[in-house]
Amino acid sequence: MPVIKARVTVTLKNGVLDPQGKAIEHALDGLGFGGIGSVRQGKVFDVEIEGADKAKAEADLNAMCEKLLANTVIENYSVTLI
Amino acid sequence: MKSAVVLLPGLNRDRDMIAALTKISGKAPVTVWQTDTEIPDVDLIAIPGGFSFGDYLRCGAIAARMPVMRAVAEKAAKGVQVVGVCNGFQILVEAGLLPGALMRNTSLKFVCREVKLEIANANTAFTRNYAAGQVIRCPVAHHDGNYFTDPETLARIEGEGQVVFRYAEGTNPNGSINDIAGIINEKGNVLGLMPHPENLIETAHGGNDGRALFESALGLPKAA
Repeated sequence: MPVIKARVTVTLKNGVLDPQGKAIEHALDGLGFGGIGSVRQGKVFDVEIEGADKAKAEADLNAMCEKLLANTVIENYSVTLI
Repeated sequence: MKSAVVLLPGLNRDRDMIAALTKISGKAPVTVWQTDTEIPDVDLIAIPGGFSFGDYLRCGAIAARMPVMRAVAEKAAKGVQVVGVCNGFQILVEAGLLPGALMRNTSLKFVCREVKLEIANANTAFTRNYAAGQVIRCPVAHHDGNYFTDPETLARIEGEGQVVFRYAEGTNPNGSINDIAGIINEKGNVLGLMPHPENLIETAHGGNDGRALFESALGLPKAA
């Protein structure tokens, strides 16, 4: 059975406050990494789907994002087949 | 008046909710499990607090996709009253039954303390036994109670009186937009709030400020 591998990236929308990203930014600054403009944190999902139909896989992955993987009130998502 | 309490793995305030509803309505609520596809005829469905499914992915995200939540949505569509407290509120927004999202507290810390709540709308089925503008005490205990929504939705819910509870007197524990602590849906039968009114219903709790919420929802008169 062929397998399609995909990577889904979920990030906070612009304008949504990211306190965790801010805390990471301050920690990096504390480690001596200067000149950091900003840090925004997010999530990565590596998904394997059985089959060879890439168009269907991509459509399914987008539906997965809309229904569960992302909260589209606050998050954007992108799907990349790898 | 009959009530039901939704049970999901990882909730930990379910017994508090059952005790509060039993004491206030005089009848033990029925309990419905996550896999149940039907909820008996009741006047009020309560979704308690806790950490359903370990808060995996996002707080309430997995719980919101369980079969029992489809049953809750069907009941809500028929006008049955639904209240979600803390994780229950997070589940209701994840299920799309309430607008917005609940994000990590701006302090990044879990907060467990008492706050002041202003009754921002006393003209709802859940707050009719309070007075508009009344400030009550209420405990909170959460890590992700920072209510957020886009400006258009915020203007709409503020304009329609859907903001029901607001943190008062500088006690906002999580950075929520407009100090929002609890909101109701457009139809007025689904309420979500981060604070725990079920933990302040009798003298033994050190106060009964939360009691009127359940009395209102259960159609009971205001206690003396």
